[in-house]
Amino acid sequence: MPEGLATTHEHASHPALRHHFENMEQQREAGALGMWVFLVTEIMFFGGMFLAYTLYRAQYPAAFVSASNHLDITLGAVNTGVLIVSSFTMAMAVWSTQVGRNRTTIICLILTMILGATFLGIKAVEYHDKYNDHLIPGRLIPSRPFSPEVAQPGDTDKHKLHLIEGANVHNVELFYWIYFAMTGMHALHMIIGLGIMTVILIMAWRNKFSPEYHAPVEISGLYWHFVDIIWIFLFPLLYLLGRHLEGHIG
Amino acid sequence: MSEHIVQPRVYITIFLALMVGTGLTVVAAFYDFPGPLNAVVALTIAVIKATLVVLFFMHVRYSGRLIWLVIGSAIFWLAIMFALTISDYWTRTWFAPM
Repeated sequence: MPEGLATTHEHASHPALRHHFENMEQQREAGALGMWVFLVTEIMFFGGMFLAYTLYRAQYPAAFVSASNHLDITLGAVNTGVLIVSSFTMAMAVWSTQVGRNRTTIICLILTMILGATFLGIKAVEYHDKYNDHLIPGRLIPSRPFSPEVAQPGDTDKHKLHLIEGANVHNVELFYWIYFAMTGMHALHMIIGLGIMTVILIMAWRNKFSPEYHAPVEISGLYWHFVDIIWIFLFPLLYLLGRHLEGHIG
Repeated sequence: MSEHIVQPRVYITIFLALMVGTGLTVVAAFYDFPGPLNAVVALTIAVIKATLVVLFFMHVRYSGRLIWLVIGSAIFWLAIMFALTISDYWTRTWFAPM
Protein backbone atom coordinates (compact mmCIF):
# COMPACT_ATOMS: atom_id res chain seq x y z
CA MET A 1 0.00 0.00 0.00
CA PRO A 2 1.39 3.46 -0.92
CA GLU A 3 2.48 5.61 1.99
CA GLY A 4 0.02 8.44 1.26
CA LEU A 5 -3.01 6.17 1.60
CA ALA A 6 -1.79 4.76 4.87
CA THR A 7 -1.75 8.20 6.53
CA THR A 8 -5.21 8.93 5.13
CA HIS A 9 -6.55 5.89 6.92
CA GLU A 10 -4.92 6.90 10.15
CA HIS A 11 -6.89 10.17 10.02
CA ALA A 12 -10.05 8.25 9.17
CA SER A 13 -10.11 6.72 12.62
CA HIS A 14 -12.47 9.36 14.08
CA PRO A 15 -15.96 7.82 14.49
CA ALA A 16 -17.71 11.01 13.23
CA LEU A 17 -15.86 10.94 9.88
CA ARG A 18 -18.19 10.05 6.99
CA HIS A 19 -16.69 7.69 4.41
CA HIS A 20 -16.92 10.16 1.50
CA PHE A 21 -14.52 12.63 3.14
CA GLU A 22 -10.74 12.36 3.17
CA ASN A 23 -10.36 13.66 6.71
CA MET A 24 -12.08 15.60 9.50
CA GLU A 25 -10.79 18.94 8.25
CA GLN A 26 -12.24 18.44 4.78
CA GLN A 27 -15.54 17.32 6.30
CA ARG A 28 -15.68 20.39 8.54
CA GLU A 29 -14.94 22.79 5.67
CA ALA A 30 -17.52 21.14 3.41
CA GLY A 31 -20.13 21.54 6.17
CA ALA A 32 -19.32 25.22 6.65
CA LEU A 33 -19.49 25.80 2.88
CA GLY A 34 -22.90 24.10 2.71
CA MET A 35 -24.16 26.29 5.54
CA TRP A 36 -22.93 29.43 3.78
CA VAL A 37 -24.73 28.43 0.57
CA PHE A 38 -27.92 28.05 2.63
CA LEU A 39 -27.30 31.45 4.23
CA VAL A 40 -27.04 32.99 0.73
CA THR A 41 -30.61 31.81 0.05
CA GLU A 42 -31.60 33.37 3.39
CA ILE A 43 -29.92 36.65 2.43
CA MET A 44 -31.91 36.72 -0.82
CA PHE A 45 -35.13 35.86 1.07
CA PHE A 46 -34.74 38.67 3.61
CA GLY A 47 -33.32 40.86 0.81
CA GLY A 48 -36.70 40.85 -0.91
CA MET A 49 -38.33 42.27 2.22
CA PHE A 50 -35.58 44.86 2.67
CA LEU A 51 -36.18 45.90 -0.94
CA ALA A 52 -39.93 46.27 -0.35
CA TYR A 53 -39.14 48.38 2.72
CA THR A 54 -36.75 50.60 0.69
CA LEU A 55 -39.23 51.23 -2.14
CA TYR A 56 -42.17 52.06 0.10
CA ARG A 57 -40.10 54.18 2.44
CA ALA A 58 -38.95 56.22 -0.59
CA GLN A 59 -42.57 56.60 -1.72
CA TYR A 60 -44.16 57.48 1.62
CA PRO A 61 -41.37 59.00 3.76
CA ALA A 62 -43.64 61.01 6.08
CA ALA A 63 -45.89 58.06 6.93
CA PHE A 64 -42.88 55.80 7.52
CA VAL A 65 -41.28 58.36 9.86
CA SER A 66 -44.54 58.73 11.82
CA ALA A 67 -45.03 54.97 12.11
CA SER A 68 -41.37 54.34 12.96
CA ASN A 69 -41.42 56.95 15.74
CA HIS A 70 -44.29 55.11 17.40
CA LEU A 71 -42.06 52.07 18.00
CA ASP A 72 -40.38 51.78 21.42
CA ILE A 73 -36.75 52.76 20.82
CA THR A 74 -35.67 51.60 24.32
CA LEU A 75 -37.00 48.07 23.86
CA GLY A 76 -35.53 47.95 20.35
CA ALA A 77 -32.09 49.06 21.56
CA VAL A 78 -32.12 46.68 24.54
CA ASN A 79 -33.04 43.82 22.21
CA THR A 80 -30.15 44.74 19.92
CA GLY A 81 -27.81 44.52 22.92
CA VAL A 82 -29.34 41.19 24.00
CA LEU A 83 -28.73 39.69 20.55
CA ILE A 84 -25.13 40.96 20.41
CA VAL A 85 -24.38 39.40 23.81
CA SER A 86 -25.96 36.15 22.59
CA SER A 87 -23.73 36.21 19.50
CA PHE A 88 -20.74 36.67 21.79
CA THR A 89 -21.72 33.71 24.01
CA MET A 90 -22.30 31.66 20.82
CA ALA A 91 -18.81 32.54 19.56
CA MET A 92 -17.43 31.49 22.97
CA ALA A 93 -19.32 28.18 22.69
CA VAL A 94 -17.50 27.50 19.41
CA TRP A 95 -14.15 28.47 20.93
CA SER A 96 -14.63 26.24 23.97
CA THR A 97 -15.36 23.17 21.79
CA GLN A 98 -12.27 23.97 19.69
CA VAL A 99 -10.11 23.82 22.83
CA GLY A 100 -12.04 20.90 24.33
CA ARG A 101 -13.69 22.60 27.33
CA ASN A 102 -17.04 20.86 27.26
CA ARG A 103 -18.38 22.39 30.50
CA THR A 104 -17.78 25.90 29.15
CA THR A 105 -19.54 24.92 25.92
CA ILE A 106 -22.62 23.80 27.83
CA ILE A 107 -22.69 27.01 29.91
CA CYS A 108 -22.26 29.21 26.79
CA LEU A 109 -25.02 27.36 24.91
CA ILE A 110 -27.43 27.74 27.85
CA LEU A 111 -26.60 31.47 28.10
CA THR A 112 -27.16 31.86 24.35
CA MET A 113 -30.56 30.21 24.65
CA ILE A 114 -31.57 32.33 27.65
CA LEU A 115 -30.63 35.49 25.73
CA GLY A 116 -32.51 34.29 22.65
CA ALA A 117 -35.61 33.66 24.76
CA THR A 118 -35.20 37.10 26.37
CA PHE A 119 -35.18 38.68 22.91
CA LEU A 120 -38.43 36.88 22.02
CA GLY A 121 -39.99 37.91 25.34
CA ILE A 122 -39.22 41.59 24.76
CA LYS A 123 -40.51 41.25 21.17
CA ALA A 124 -43.75 39.80 22.55
CA VAL A 125 -44.13 42.82 24.88
CA GLU A 126 -43.71 45.12 21.87
CA TYR A 127 -46.25 43.19 19.81
CA HIS A 128 -48.70 43.43 22.69
CA ASP A 129 -48.19 47.20 22.90
CA LYS A 130 -49.00 47.46 19.18
CA TYR A 131 -52.10 45.34 19.77
CA ASN A 132 -53.22 47.69 22.55
CA ASP A 133 -52.73 50.70 20.25
CA HIS A 134 -54.78 49.05 17.43
CA LEU A 135 -51.74 48.93 15.16
CA ILE A 136 -51.94 45.30 13.98
CA PRO A 137 -52.35 45.86 10.20
CA GLY A 138 -55.41 44.89 8.20
CA ARG A 139 -57.55 42.24 9.82
CA LEU A 140 -54.72 39.97 10.91
CA ILE A 141 -56.62 39.83 14.19
CA PRO A 142 -60.24 39.93 13.02
CA SER A 143 -61.62 41.26 16.30
CA ARG A 144 -59.13 44.15 16.28
CA PRO A 145 -58.68 45.71 12.82
CA PHE A 146 -56.09 48.41 12.19
CA SER A 147 -57.62 51.57 13.68
CA PRO A 148 -55.13 53.70 15.65
CA GLU A 149 -56.24 56.91 17.32
CA VAL A 150 -54.59 59.88 15.63
CA ALA A 151 -53.27 62.55 18.02
CA GLN A 152 -54.31 66.17 17.55
CA PRO A 153 -51.57 68.86 17.60
CA GLY A 154 -50.49 69.43 21.22
CA ASP A 155 -51.63 65.98 22.35
CA THR A 156 -48.70 64.05 23.84
CA ASP A 157 -50.45 60.70 24.49
CA LYS A 158 -47.84 58.08 23.53
CA HIS A 159 -50.50 55.53 22.61
CA LYS A 160 -51.92 57.74 19.87
CA LEU A 161 -50.41 57.98 16.43
CA HIS A 162 -48.51 61.24 15.88
CA LEU A 163 -48.55 62.02 12.17
CA ILE A 164 -45.95 64.40 10.77
CA GLU A 165 -46.82 66.67 7.87
CA GLY A 166 -47.73 64.77 4.70
CA ALA A 167 -48.38 61.43 6.45
CA ASN A 168 -51.64 59.53 6.22
CA VAL A 169 -52.89 56.60 8.29
CA HIS A 170 -53.27 54.31 5.28
CA ASN A 171 -49.53 54.42 4.55
CA VAL A 172 -48.72 54.03 8.26
CA GLU A 173 -50.60 50.72 7.97
CA LEU A 174 -48.27 49.76 5.09
CA PHE A 175 -45.29 50.36 7.39
CA TYR A 176 -46.83 48.06 9.98
CA TRP A 177 -47.40 45.31 7.37
CA ILE A 178 -43.69 45.49 6.59
CA TYR A 179 -42.75 45.77 10.27
CA PHE A 180 -44.71 42.66 11.26
CA ALA A 181 -43.57 40.68 8.18
CA MET A 182 -39.90 41.42 8.80
CA THR A 183 -39.77 41.19 12.60
CA GLY A 184 -42.14 38.19 12.43
CA MET A 185 -39.87 36.29 10.02
CA HIS A 186 -36.90 37.28 12.15
CA ALA A 187 -38.64 36.01 15.31
CA LEU A 188 -39.49 32.75 13.52
CA HIS A 189 -35.79 32.35 12.72
CA MET A 190 -34.99 32.96 16.40
CA ILE A 191 -37.47 30.23 17.42
CA ILE A 192 -35.90 27.80 14.92
CA GLY A 193 -32.49 28.86 16.27
CA LEU A 194 -33.59 27.96 19.82
CA GLY A 195 -34.64 24.53 18.51
CA ILE A 196 -31.23 24.02 16.89
CA MET A 197 -29.49 25.15 20.11
CA THR A 198 -31.52 22.59 22.08
CA VAL A 199 -30.19 19.79 19.84
CA ILE A 200 -26.61 21.10 20.08
CA LEU A 201 -26.93 21.41 23.86
CA ILE A 202 -28.05 17.78 24.16
CA MET A 203 -25.14 16.69 21.95
CA ALA A 204 -22.71 18.68 24.11
CA TRP A 205 -24.30 17.18 27.23
CA ARG A 206 -23.59 13.71 25.82
CA ASN A 207 -19.94 14.65 25.21
CA LYS A 208 -20.23 14.38 21.43
CA PHE A 209 -17.87 17.28 20.70
CA SER A 210 -14.10 17.52 20.78
CA PRO A 211 -11.35 19.65 19.18
CA GLU A 212 -11.42 17.15 16.26
CA TYR A 213 -15.20 17.17 15.85
CA HIS A 214 -17.21 20.33 16.52
CA ALA A 215 -18.69 21.14 13.11
CA PRO A 216 -22.33 21.08 14.39
CA VAL A 217 -21.54 23.80 16.98
CA GLU A 218 -19.75 25.90 14.38
CA ILE A 219 -22.48 25.57 11.74
CA SER A 220 -25.28 26.34 14.22
CA GLY A 221 -23.21 29.35 15.26
CA LEU A 222 -23.15 30.58 11.65
CA TYR A 223 -26.96 30.44 11.62
CA TRP A 224 -27.24 32.24 14.96
CA HIS A 225 -24.87 35.04 13.86
CA PHE A 226 -26.76 35.40 10.59
CA VAL A 227 -30.03 36.00 12.47
CA ASP A 228 -28.16 38.57 14.59
CA ILE A 229 -27.00 40.37 11.41
CA ILE A 230 -30.59 40.61 10.11
CA TRP A 231 -31.52 42.39 13.36
CA ILE A 232 -28.47 44.67 13.10
CA PHE A 233 -30.13 46.03 9.92
CA LEU A 234 -33.75 45.86 11.12
CA PHE A 235 -33.11 47.95 14.24
CA PRO A 236 -31.91 51.18 12.55
CA LEU A 237 -34.26 50.82 9.56
CA LEU A 238 -37.43 50.21 11.56
CA TYR A 239 -36.76 52.07 14.83
CA LEU A 240 -34.24 54.82 14.16
CA LEU A 241 -34.66 56.48 10.77
CA GLY A 242 -36.76 59.58 11.32
CA ARG A 243 -36.16 59.98 15.08
CA HIS A 244 -34.68 63.42 14.44
CA LEU A 245 -38.08 64.51 13.11
CA GLU A 246 -39.93 63.41 16.24
CA GLY A 247 -40.81 66.97 17.29
CA HIS A 248 -42.20 67.95 13.86
CA ILE A 249 -45.83 67.00 14.44
CA GLY A 250 -48.01 68.14 11.52
CA MET B 1 -5.81 24.26 5.40
CA SER B 2 -5.93 23.74 9.13
CA GLU B 3 -8.47 25.37 11.36
CA HIS B 4 -7.72 28.77 12.89
CA ILE B 5 -8.88 29.11 16.48
CA VAL B 6 -10.05 32.67 17.18
CA GLN B 7 -9.01 33.64 20.70
CA PRO B 8 -11.53 34.95 23.28
CA ARG B 9 -9.85 38.36 23.48
CA VAL B 10 -10.64 38.87 19.77
CA TYR B 11 -14.28 37.96 20.46
CA ILE B 12 -14.38 40.36 23.42
CA THR B 13 -12.94 43.19 21.31
CA ILE B 14 -15.51 42.59 18.55
CA PHE B 15 -18.30 42.33 21.12
CA LEU B 16 -17.33 45.71 22.64
CA ALA B 17 -17.07 47.29 19.18
CA LEU B 18 -20.60 46.04 18.36
CA MET B 19 -21.98 47.50 21.60
CA VAL B 20 -20.30 50.86 20.94
CA GLY B 21 -21.69 50.79 17.39
CA THR B 22 -25.21 50.20 18.75
CA GLY B 23 -24.84 53.14 21.15
CA LEU B 24 -23.49 55.38 18.39
CA THR B 25 -26.31 54.60 15.97
CA VAL B 26 -28.95 55.41 18.64
CA VAL B 27 -27.28 58.72 19.54
CA ALA B 28 -26.75 59.64 15.86
CA ALA B 29 -30.43 58.97 15.10
CA PHE B 30 -31.48 62.03 17.16
CA TYR B 31 -29.13 64.44 15.35
CA ASP B 32 -30.61 66.26 12.39
CA PHE B 33 -27.97 65.68 9.72
CA PRO B 34 -28.40 67.56 6.40
CA GLY B 35 -30.27 65.82 3.58
CA PRO B 36 -30.31 62.02 3.53
CA LEU B 37 -27.26 61.77 5.80
CA ASN B 38 -29.26 60.26 8.71
CA ALA B 39 -29.94 57.15 6.60
CA VAL B 40 -26.34 57.10 5.34
CA VAL B 41 -24.93 57.26 8.89
CA ALA B 42 -27.33 54.56 10.20
CA LEU B 43 -26.61 52.21 7.31
CA THR B 44 -22.84 52.77 7.44
CA ILE B 45 -22.78 51.79 11.12
CA ALA B 46 -25.00 48.76 10.40
CA VAL B 47 -22.75 47.60 7.54
CA ILE B 48 -19.63 47.97 9.74
CA LYS B 49 -21.29 45.97 12.54
CA ALA B 50 -22.43 43.23 10.14
CA THR B 51 -18.94 43.05 8.60
CA LEU B 52 -17.36 42.59 12.04
CA VAL B 53 -19.80 39.75 12.82
CA VAL B 54 -19.11 38.05 9.47
CA LEU B 55 -15.33 38.41 9.60
CA PHE B 56 -14.73 37.43 13.23
CA PHE B 57 -17.76 35.75 14.86
CA MET B 58 -18.36 33.77 11.65
CA HIS B 59 -14.62 33.19 11.06
CA VAL B 60 -14.68 34.38 7.45
CA ARG B 61 -11.48 36.36 7.99
CA TYR B 62 -9.76 32.97 8.44
CA SER B 63 -11.78 30.99 5.88
CA GLY B 64 -10.83 29.79 2.41
CA ARG B 65 -11.50 31.56 -0.89
CA LEU B 66 -14.51 29.39 -1.64
CA ILE B 67 -16.38 30.88 1.34
CA TRP B 68 -15.43 34.40 0.21
CA LEU B 69 -16.72 33.58 -3.28
CA VAL B 70 -20.06 32.35 -1.92
CA ILE B 71 -20.52 35.51 0.20
CA GLY B 72 -19.41 37.70 -2.71
CA SER B 73 -22.02 36.06 -4.92
CA ALA B 74 -24.72 36.83 -2.33
CA ILE B 75 -23.77 40.50 -2.27
CA PHE B 76 -23.57 40.57 -6.08
CA TRP B 77 -27.05 39.11 -6.61
CA LEU B 78 -28.51 41.28 -3.87
CA ALA B 79 -27.02 44.31 -5.64
CA ILE B 80 -28.62 43.21 -8.95
CA MET B 81 -32.02 42.84 -7.28
CA PHE B 82 -31.81 46.28 -5.64
CA ALA B 83 -30.23 48.14 -8.57
CA LEU B 84 -32.59 46.89 -11.28
CA THR B 85 -35.77 47.26 -9.21
CA ILE B 86 -34.88 50.71 -7.88
CA SER B 87 -33.84 51.93 -11.34
CA ASP B 88 -37.31 50.92 -12.56
CA TYR B 89 -39.23 52.77 -9.81
CA TRP B 90 -36.89 55.76 -9.98
CA THR B 91 -37.25 56.35 -13.72
CA ARG B 92 -40.96 55.58 -14.16
CA THR B 93 -42.00 59.23 -13.92
CA TRP B 94 -39.28 60.49 -16.25
CA PHE B 95 -41.18 59.75 -19.47
CA ALA B 96 -44.76 60.06 -18.22
CA PRO B 97 -47.21 61.18 -20.94
CA MET B 98 -47.83 64.93 -20.74
